[in-house]
Amino acid sequence: MTIGRYRFMNEQPVNLDGFAAVNPDLGLIAFNSPNDPAPGLDIDDGRVVFMDGKHQAQFDIVDEFIARHGLDLTVADEAMAIDDATYAHMLIDPGVSRAECVRLAGGMTPAKLAKALSVLRPAELVMAVTKCRARKTPSNQAHVTNRSDDPLLLAADAALAAAFGFREIETTVPVLGDAPSNAIAVSIGAAVGSPGVLVQCSVEEAMELEMGMRGLVSYAETVSLYGTEQIFIDGDDTPWSKAFLTSGYASRGIKMRVTSGGGAEALMGAAEGCSMFYLEARCVALARAIGSQGVQNGGIDSASVAGSVPGGAKAMMAENLMVMLRALESCTGNDALMSESDVRRTSRTHPIFIAGTDFICSGFGSIQRYDNMFGPSQWNAEDLDDYLAMQRDWGVDGGLRTPDEHEVARLRERAAHAVRDVYAILGLADFTDQWLAQAIDAAGSKDVPDADLMTPLTASRLIRDTKVTMLDVIAALDEAGYDIEAQRMLDMLIARVSGDYLQTSAIFDESMHVLSAITDPNDYAGPGTGYSPSLQRQVQIDAIRQQQSVLDISARQLQHANSRLSVIGPAQRSDDPRDVVIGVSPATGQAIWQTLCGLGVDQGLDELLAGLEEEGCVGRIVRFTDTIDLGLIGLQAARMSGSGIGIGLQAKGTALIHRRDLSPLANLELYSVAPSLDRAAYRQLGLNAGRHAKGATPQPQRNPYSDEAIEARYHTKVVALVAIERQFVDGSSPQQLELDQP
Amino acid sequence: MSRRNAWSGMNAADITIDQVRAGALQLDDVRIHPDTLIAQADVAAEYGNQQLAENFLRAAELTALPDEQVMAIYEALRPHRSTAQELATIVNALKAAGAQRNAALVAEAAQIYAQRGLLRQD
Repeated sequence: MTIGRYRFMNEQPVNLDGFAAVNPDLGLIAFNSPNDPAPGLDIDDGRVVFMDGKHQAQFDIVDEFIARHGLDLTVADEAMAIDDATYAHMLIDPGVSRAECVRLAGGMTPAKLAKALSVLRPAELVMAVTKCRARKTPSNQAHVTNRSDDPLLLAADAALAAAFGFREIETTVPVLGDAPSNAIAVSIGAAVGSPGVLVQCSVEEAMELEMGMRGLVSYAETVSLYGTEQIFIDGDDTPWSKAFLTSGYASRGIKMRVTSGGGAEALMGAAEGCSMFYLEARCVALARAIGSQGVQNGGIDSASVAGSVPGGAKAMMAENLMVMLRALESCTGNDALMSESDVRRTSRTHPIFIAGTDFICSGFGSIQRYDNMFGPSQWNAEDLDDYLAMQRDWGVDGGLRTPDEHEVARLRERAAHAVRDVYAILGLADFTDQWLAQAIDAAGSKDVPDADLMTPLTASRLIRDTKVTMLDVIAALDEAGYDIEAQRMLDMLIARVSGDYLQTSAIFDESMHVLSAITDPNDYAGPGTGYSPSLQRQVQIDAIRQQQSVLDISARQLQHANSRLSVIGPAQRSDDPRDVVIGVSPATGQAIWQTLCGLGVDQGLDELLAGLEEEGCVGRIVRFTDTIDLGLIGLQAARMSGSGIGIGLQAKGTALIHRRDLSPLANLELYSVAPSLDRAAYRQLGLNAGRHAKGATPQPQRNPYSDEAIEARYHTKVVALVAIERQFVDGSSPQQLELDQP
Repeated sequence: MSRRNAWSGMNAADITIDQVRAGALQLDDVRIHPDTLIAQADVAAEYGNQQLAENFLRAAELTALPDEQVMAIYEALRPHRSTAQELATIVNALKAAGAQRNAALVAEAAQIYAQRGLLRQD
C-alpha cells in the first residue's frame, strides 16, 4: 500500500517521464561508456592510419570520412597530447582565446574531444559556451506549422513569429505533398513580419533541395548525420552523399546546416555500446569534415532519450559546445519536448539560455503544442510570455522581444491577406472571407474550422506542375500591392548572389546586414567583454507587456473612483461603549478606491459597518494621515473609540482589529492576505470587532492561504499602492468620514 | 564581398522590383556565381575552416550543373543505389564538366562503398 505522500508525488508531471537505468550495451549512457575507444591518432605520411582504437582497415564510413577530411593534422600531435583537464581549463579561462581553443580542437579525434569535454562541470559549460560560440549576437529559431497546413494561418503565424524576433523559421508538413505551399505561405508571412527572416521547410532531403533551388526556401537544416555506420545507412545516406548534398546547397547560394543529436543511435538500436556523447562527437567531427557551416544538435528528436540517462541534460549542452569548438554554427537543441515537467524542461534549457548561442532553440514552437507538426517543442506558444519574462529576469538576450499587440494584429491580417491575394493571382487557391477572418484571429488551427485540407494540396501540385518560383510569388505580391514585402522577399533572393550568408553562423539583421562568425565574431574575453545588448535591445528585453508603473496602477484606481466617502470634520474621542472606530489609511477615498481582492473600499466598509451593527455596535470611520502603518492606524482607532476596540483598514484591503492597551504590532486579529478576502470576510471582521467590544468570544477565521503565488501576483501592485498612500501622508489631524448610501 | 555578379552576369546591385514586375528577371539572375563561391572559400580558409572552404570550392564546380543533375548525383551517392560502373560514369561526367573536386569525392565514395558493401549489386 503506497502511503499518501507517495501517492501525491506519483501524480506529479515529472513521473510521466521515462528514466532509464544506465545500460552501456544499449547505448543508454551519457558520457564515457566502457566501450568507448581510448583516444588515439597515428599519422603516416600525411594519412591517418589509426584513430580512436581502430586501424585504417577497420574504419567504418564515419571513421573513414573523418580520417580523410575532418582533422587538422598539423596540430594533431600537439592537440592529442594535451591533458584533458588542461584543455578543459583553457575553455573556461578568459585569458585563452576562443581561436586557440578552436585551433587545438581541430587536431583532436572524436574520442579525444569527447573525453576532454566530459571533464567540464555544468557551470563551466556555461562559461565555455559564452566564450566559444561563433557569433557574438545570440538569436532564436521558431517552428511555424499547423495541423491543416492552412496557408493563411501559416502566414499569420509566421508574421507573428517574425514580430517576436525569431530570425529563422522552420516549417514542415503533416502531408508531404503540401510542402511547396507551406514554404511559400511561411515565406510571405515572415516577410510581412520582418525583413531578413530565413525560412526552411523540413522534408525529405531531395525534395528540400529541390525547393531550395526554386527559391522557395532560404536555408535548410534537415540534413541528418549519425554516429554509427548502421544508422547512417538506415537513414539512407552516407558521409559522401551528405558532403555532396552540402555542396549542392552552397552551389545555389543556400545556407545549410546538418542535424545530429545524442541518443539517436540508442533510439534506433545500433549504438554499438558507445556513449551518446562519443557518438555525437563523431557526428560533429563529420559535420566539420563534410564542410557544413553548422550543426543543430543537443538531443533534437532523441532529446528525451538523452534526457532519460544520468547526466543527459549536461551531455546535450556539451554536444553544443563541441560544435562551437569545431568552429561551426551551433543551433542548440531545446527543440523536441524532453519532459512533461515544466521544471525539468526549464532546467534543461536554462544554462544554454543564460550563456547565449547562435540559436537558443533549434525550434521554439511559436505555435501551440497541438499545432506543432514536429511534435511539441521544449518551448511553445504556451511559453512565449514565460520566455520573455525569463529574458527580463536575467537581463539576457534570448533572441525574442515584445511586439505591440496592435501591431501583431495588423501583421497577422496583412500576412493572411497577402497569401490570399498571391494564391489568387497565381491561380493556386481561393479562400473565403470567413476562413480568412478565422485565420487572422486564431490562436491555433482549432480556431479555423473553415480551413479546407484539399486547398494546400491542390496549391502545392499546381506550384510543382507549373514550376512556380519565388520570383513568381514576388511578382504576384507586388501586383497585389504589397511593395514592402515584395522587396523584402526579393532581397532574400539577391542575398544568394553574394553568398555572405553561407559563412558560419550567418543570419540577417533587420537592415539585411549579415551577422556571422566573419562579420560579428564572438569576442568574449571575460567580464565586461563580448555580447551585451544595445540600449535599444535592452529596452525590448525589459519592456514586457505586463509591466506596470505606479501611474498605470493609479489610473486603474481612478476608474473605480466614487464620492461615497466625504469628510465630516475633525475626529473626536468618544465615550460611547458601543463605539468602534474604523481607522482607514491616508489614500482611502482620495486615490485608492479598490482593494486587492477587487472589492470597492466602500463595499468593504459597508460590510464592516454591518457586522458591527449586527453585534449592536456603532462603527465610525476615521481617516488617519500621519502614518501608513496599519498597526498604528488600528491602534489609534482603538484609542479614539469609546469601546477601546478599533479596526484598521488599508485601502488595499489589509485589515486588523486592535485594542487601545496593546502595542502597535500586537493586534487582536490580522486579515493579512488582502487579495483573498471578500465581502464575507469583512463582515466577519466587523462581527468579531463588535464581539471584542462587548467582551464576547469572536469566531476564529481560518487563514486564507492557498497554493497560489499571491505575492508574485500582487506585490508589484502593493509597492505602487503603498507609494500612493505615502503621497497622502501629511501629518494633519485625523478626520471623521461619512459613508453615503450606495 | 566585392563580387556581386550573379550566374547570369547581372550585378546584384542592379536588380530591382521593376524587373520582377516586367517579368525580366530569371532565377539565374539571383543565382550565385562560381567566382563568388571561390572568393567565399578564401574567406572560410582565412578564418581557419579548410573544410568549409573545400565545400565552397566543390559548390563552385556544381554551379555549372543543372538542378536535375545535382539531384541525380545525390541520389546516386545514397547507399546501395549505384554500381561501381555507374559511379565511375558519374566521375567521368564530373571530370568532363570541369568538376574535379566533385569527381574526386565520388571516386573516393566508390572506393569506400566497395570496401563497405554499399554498392548496388545487380
